[in-house]
Amino acid sequence: MRYGLLAALLTGAMMLGGCTEGVLDPKGPIALAERQILFNALGIMLAIVIPVILAILGFAFWFRASNERARYRPDFTYSGRLELLVWSIPAMTVLLVGGVAWIGAHDLDPGKPISSTVKPVNVQVVSLDWKWLFIYPEQGIASVNHLTIPVGTPVSFELTSSGVMNSFFVPQLAGQIYTMAGMVTRLNLRADYSGTYRGMSANYSGVGFADMYFHVDAVAPDAFAQWVAATRTAGPVLDAATYAALVRPSKAVAPFTYRSIANGLFANILSVAMQPAEGLCVAYPKSVRAER
Amino acid sequence: MNLLGKLSWAAIPLHEPIIMGTVASVGAVILAALAWVTVKGYWPHLWREWITSVDHKRIGVMYLVFALIMLVRGFADGIMMRTQQAVAAGGAQGYLPPEHFDQIFSAHGTIMIFFVAMPLVIGLMNFAVPLQLGVRDVAFPTMNSVSLWLTATGILLINVSLFVGEFAKTGWVAYPPLSELQFSPGVGVDYYLWSLQISGIGTLLSGVNFVTTILKVRAPGMTYMRMPVFCWTALASNLLIVAAFPVLTALFAMLLLDRYLGFHFFTLDAGGNAMMYVNLFWVWGHPEVYILVLPAFGIYSEVSATFSGKPLFGYRSMVGATLVICVLSYTVWLHHFFTMGASAGLNAFFGITSMIIGVPTGVKVFNWLFTMYGGRVRFTVPVLWTIGFMVTFVFGGLTGVLLALPAVDWQVHNSVFLIAHFHHVIIPGVLFGAIAGYNYWFPKAFGFKLDERWGAASFWCWFIGFHLAFMPLYVTGLMGMTRRLQHYDVLAWQPWLLVAEAGAVIVMAGIICQVVQLVVSIRHREQLRDTTGDPWNGRTLEWATASPPPAWNFAVLPRVDELDAFWAKKQRVLTKQALPGRPHRYEPIEVPKNSPAGFVTAFFAVITGFALIWHIWWMAGIGLLGAAVTWLAFMFRVEGEVEISAEQVGQFDRTHVVEVSL
Repeated sequence: MRYGLLAALLTGAMMLGGCTEGVLDPKGPIALAERQILFNALGIMLAIVIPVILAILGFAFWFRASNERARYRPDFTYSGRLELLVWSIPAMTVLLVGGVAWIGAHDLDPGKPISSTVKPVNVQVVSLDWKWLFIYPEQGIASVNHLTIPVGTPVSFELTSSGVMNSFFVPQLAGQIYTMAGMVTRLNLRADYSGTYRGMSANYSGVGFADMYFHVDAVAPDAFAQWVAATRTAGPVLDAATYAALVRPSKAVAPFTYRSIANGLFANILSVAMQPAEGLCVAYPKSVRAER
Repeated sequence: MNLLGKLSWAAIPLHEPIIMGTVASVGAVILAALAWVTVKGYWPHLWREWITSVDHKRIGVMYLVFALIMLVRGFADGIMMRTQQAVAAGGAQGYLPPEHFDQIFSAHGTIMIFFVAMPLVIGLMNFAVPLQLGVRDVAFPTMNSVSLWLTATGILLINVSLFVGEFAKTGWVAYPPLSELQFSPGVGVDYYLWSLQISGIGTLLSGVNFVTTILKVRAPGMTYMRMPVFCWTALASNLLIVAAFPVLTALFAMLLLDRYLGFHFFTLDAGGNAMMYVNLFWVWGHPEVYILVLPAFGIYSEVSATFSGKPLFGYRSMVGATLVICVLSYTVWLHHFFTMGASAGLNAFFGITSMIIGVPTGVKVFNWLFTMYGGRVRFTVPVLWTIGFMVTFVFGGLTGVLLALPAVDWQVHNSVFLIAHFHHVIIPGVLFGAIAGYNYWFPKAFGFKLDERWGAASFWCWFIGFHLAFMPLYVTGLMGMTRRLQHYDVLAWQPWLLVAEAGAVIVMAGIICQVVQLVVSIRHREQLRDTTGDPWNGRTLEWATASPPPAWNFAVLPRVDELDAFWAKKQRVLTKQALPGRPHRYEPIEVPKNSPAGFVTAFFAVITGFALIWHIWWMAGIGLLGAAVTWLAFMFRVEGEVEISAEQVGQFDRTHVVEVSL
């Protein structure tokens, strides 16, 4: 709880803004651990930076030309001890924070599955111009611009893009990850509290980018099962034809769901075969990447 | 077959009142300026003394003029974005549609990095480095003029995009696939690419010029360890330019091939890989940060030593730290895309190297601190900017270390937290330094000091405005606000963005104070006149000659026996170990002849660039041919130098008595 005060201060500043959402209000283990690393590193750094700022202001003030009491030492240009000190202070800080960086990068690697007794839910994410498609391969359903996940259950994402690069980001649950056409990135997270969290694209992707946000509903597992069952009963089917319609650029699309999905849809999206035909290079319909 | 390529009347955005208003007012100002020059009959003077000048000091001044004009343009873009985000909350769309807003933030970044920060540091290096080295000019004076005018070409093209066609809507990094023809079919990205390609050639030539100058052209006796720290940082910066800018040129060439000839370097299909662009962009992009910041560090070193009245503390450490930064700056670039899903080991490696570069930077801060220790600090305007930089920059460095932690970066990358961070290092780290340098060297360039009161007012406006404008962005960034949002739905961000808007207005007041400072100083130049050539009790050789220095800089090249050569000489005179004396014999001096080669080349470069942007192939051919013929003509000229007679040198030297001669 060394940084409890700091956390309280920062959170207090956020409350002033009338909002507790965001990075400092985590609702799952990944985002919580990331916030802890932020606080640890901030604490270590402030311990160095605040004295330095005070010393700058203090030295400048005391050694002002008009101060008769300050000793003028024009020959004070080298000191082996001070040199050792000025190189070692930042070096030690980096040693410490570097350790934090190393451990954090490994423990919280977005591709690393979250160990849990509960079977994870798999979600395939496709960023489109300018909306999000969430495919639930095991449940055989999909939704647009709205993500529903069960609380307390690890969620394992595979992500790609239909074209332009985006970044999938739900700050209260986990850090972001890029979505890139023809490539798959992975992200694992878990929501420990039910609620609605804001998610968005963090990487600018064109004129509809500002509306490329969505809400994540973290609901109890049985409510999730009910939602899946309800989704299966209504809405259109997602296949090559409806995907081709969906992939056309559109802004601020109201959330809706698909009652079933075609087999192998995500794999097809990864290959360029499913991408819009307006592209210049229709002469090369098959991606070299997809053949790999 | 269309003779004008893609160009038509539809390219002029007549339906956009904001753009047309801007064009009308800027056009009126330019016309008024041209009319004034014509009526006053200044054209021959302007042509002979400035446009065709190959004098490093004049080239430096022209770089600064361009940079300061573009600072106003870039700031106008910035405050428009702040205003848009201050109002476009909830359901509101603000006053800028996305198509326009996206061009503004792309132009803001491109202009501020390439056409404000770069010309500021290159201009100051041009002005000060040869003087500090105690020599008459850079190694290749005419090439220097070409560099300047190619930079001006880039500036002109990017401004033309305002009213003929459009600018890129891709952000200043222009990541594909968004910047590929498939998603950006307009000419915006082409304006971006060609203006940066052309000015990039100029920058590379500058880099070659300065590396050669610093390595090969120094006053007699000036060994490496007797060079002023600004020259060291300029050397490091230019080594980085020479190594990094070709990467950018090659990268943009690949994107141009994709866009013009249907290649597939970064396209979605046929094996293209957009992440290769991202990778190479930052192989250039991170060293670029140090290209900008190292010369500013040099200025802070000069300013803190001069105005503390003692030598820089830990000179060797400072030189070492500069070189360590120069090398390490190549080992950190991956931290710009920790979020692409690379392996944990890779992320951790680049996270740690990014922190290690903070070590030499920290050493520099401590050395400036101990330079003030035991000194007699005079709070002149350059010192205000220096101290303002130090207290601000350490906090910017702190948030930089936070971003170097991959686990933290995933949470704040692409957010306005990141925006706050890099403004927090680049504004104090580059802009404050350049303004300190501008105030510091202005009396050397023009023979009179800048007004102190308006200078201080400008500093305080900038300092307060900067913090008000960017501190709130850290908060909204942590609240989950991403960058480049034309509008947003979270009302809780709005109060913070209104504070940021107020900060931007205060920064604007700071810029106005700077303009007023210049005007007031010119009006009161007789009171502010410096006849000694050494208004600050300086330490380095630029203060050993008249203000403004003659075209040949030094009547007799100074002889250097130690660090801070001018200061040491003054001390010896004070202690009567040496008497001031003037050389009795002057030698004739050869100075390079003025040349229109740079300006004419740039004229053809403008034609080529514009033609290529609009696919007007015949015109591009004429432009390229013209540039080639210009160079042939230049190469076949007979006389490259003019001789200044010994009498003329002697007469100038006698009428401009410097308090100590070397």
